[in-house]
Amino acid sequence: MSILEVTNITKKFGGLTANQDVTMNIEKGSITAVIGPNGAGKTTFFNMITGVYQPTSGDIRLEGKSLLGLKPDEVAKRGISRTFQNIRLFGEMSVIENVLVGMHTGLKTNLLGIFLNLPTTKKEELLAEKEAYRLLEHFDLAPFLNEKACNLSYGAQRKLEIARALATKPKLILLDEPAAGMNPAETRELTAIIKNMGQEFNVSVLLIEHDMKLVMEISEHIVVLDHGEKIAEGNPEEIRTNPKVIEAYLGSGAVQTV
Amino acid sequence: MLLEMLQSLPQVLIDGLALGAVYAVVALGYTMVYGILQLINFAHGEIFMTGAFIGTTFFILLMGMGWVSSVPQIFVLILVLIVTACLTGLLGMGIERVAYRPLRNAPRLIPLITAIGISFILQDVIRFIAELSSGNYIVTGPSLFTDQMTISFSSLSSIFNDASFKTSFLIVLVTAFILMISLDYFINRTKWGTAMRAVALDRETASLMSINVNKTISITFFIGSALGGATGVLFAVQYGTIDPFIGFILGMKAFIAAVLGGIGNIRGAMLGGILLGLLEMFASANLTLLTGGIFGAEYKDVFAFSILILVLIFKPEGLLGKPTAEKV
Repeated sequence: MSILEVTNITKKFGGLTANQDVTMNIEKGSITAVIGPNGAGKTTFFNMITGVYQPTSGDIRLEGKSLLGLKPDEVAKRGISRTFQNIRLFGEMSVIENVLVGMHTGLKTNLLGIFLNLPTTKKEELLAEKEAYRLLEHFDLAPFLNEKACNLSYGAQRKLEIARALATKPKLILLDEPAAGMNPAETRELTAIIKNMGQEFNVSVLLIEHDMKLVMEISEHIVVLDHGEKIAEGNPEEIRTNPKVIEAYLGSGAVQTV
Repeated sequence: MLLEMLQSLPQVLIDGLALGAVYAVVALGYTMVYGILQLINFAHGEIFMTGAFIGTTFFILLMGMGWVSSVPQIFVLILVLIVTACLTGLLGMGIERVAYRPLRNAPRLIPLITAIGISFILQDVIRFIAELSSGNYIVTGPSLFTDQMTISFSSLSSIFNDASFKTSFLIVLVTAFILMISLDYFINRTKWGTAMRAVALDRETASLMSINVNKTISITFFIGSALGGATGVLFAVQYGTIDPFIGFILGMKAFIAAVLGGIGNIRGAMLGGILLGLLEMFASANLTLLTGGIFGAEYKDVFAFSILILVLIFKPEGLLGKPTAEKV
């Protein structure tokens, strides 16, 4: 069963076409990767799924329900969460507060409860803090919980972004270049985290990544974009040997020599 | 000279605290809106003034009812504070919805001009209503909490004079501090406070984390304006007479208090407000003395603002603000 169905989406910025007729399905519980050279329209694709951009045409459906016309916070409430190519944590907030922001929708407390300082409100916020702590423990970030997010190491910030995204309890998590700028040890740790994410958090994963070793190791399905169009899809083995993909990455001369 | 200054110190502290507390709570409204929208909401001073008028109207109405006089004044005050805070909160929310939200993506100068426009509109609407109903736009509310109290500082040390004040001073001070502490708790410890800080830091990311940005901004305006309106009531209780133009100069000073403390910083606004109030009262008590009679108490603003300029020259980000270094 597919969790996300994208049908023929096109995004035009004036005369520039960032995505042209892209169609793809993401199976529930799977790990899917979107790859392609720089400027292929991968991030635009992510931005359309999360509601930051509205597609010029086409349809996006999460569990059969269309996401068109929804604002980012509404898309997030439907169950899609993401991380960013350039880390976008709330740097001035503490580590645990970043995760608490992610849990915002999950909390039922209303303003009246806050103003009257109702016991149920307090209890719920305490529970949220406990849950946030568990999430941080899972990512080995618990020792830093009161540290400002901007003071964490680069690798730890990447992990915190994933923890924050998972705090929204998503059905689908989008990871935009999660391994960018990481050293080999950090990448290995990240690979394990992403691999186990589906089972531990009951979430499907869609990621953009340039680290081919990581992509080939964890993805069950790969979609290749070039100049905004889908040029290939399949399992890692099919993609590795697809001449169109090699051409997109290395130029047409490479195909003949291979 | 020093001796004379010390003598008047207790009274200066008391008057300065009362004025400073008013500045501080109004400054919170400026700093909250600036933090979340980078907008200097010049209409905030007028929200304060509207609060003073709404509050005074309720006092006059309630005091007109016979049975109210048997109720302790403090309960009447609490009732009026809550009702006024709700009304001005809604007013602030409405202003944001009508005048600022459509301009959210316009260049920064545009909403600033709109804010000044709103401020003139509010001034004139209130003046019109006040004149229509009472024939004069300067309104004097019923006198409340007028019992005189004296703290005998002279028994502490013979250097000091005694300080005296009306009970209303205590009311203003206590209420203002309750408001400030609750706001601090709200911002730092609750779900919506966290949402507000997240939106202030990065609006787009916050919305991708499922935070409804428009709702969060509405709440910010509601709370800021409710605080401003409630302070208007306190001002009316403390100083008795109000007119539609009190919001302008007081709003200016509260804004300056917010900048002094570091704009966008909640605790900074509180500190800046109290400091400015104390400085002003110190100047008004001692300027004649300090300058040998050349400048009188009416130059208190010049003194306070000179200090402000000095602070900003050496610490442009404000007392509690963080210096932002551009990364290259």
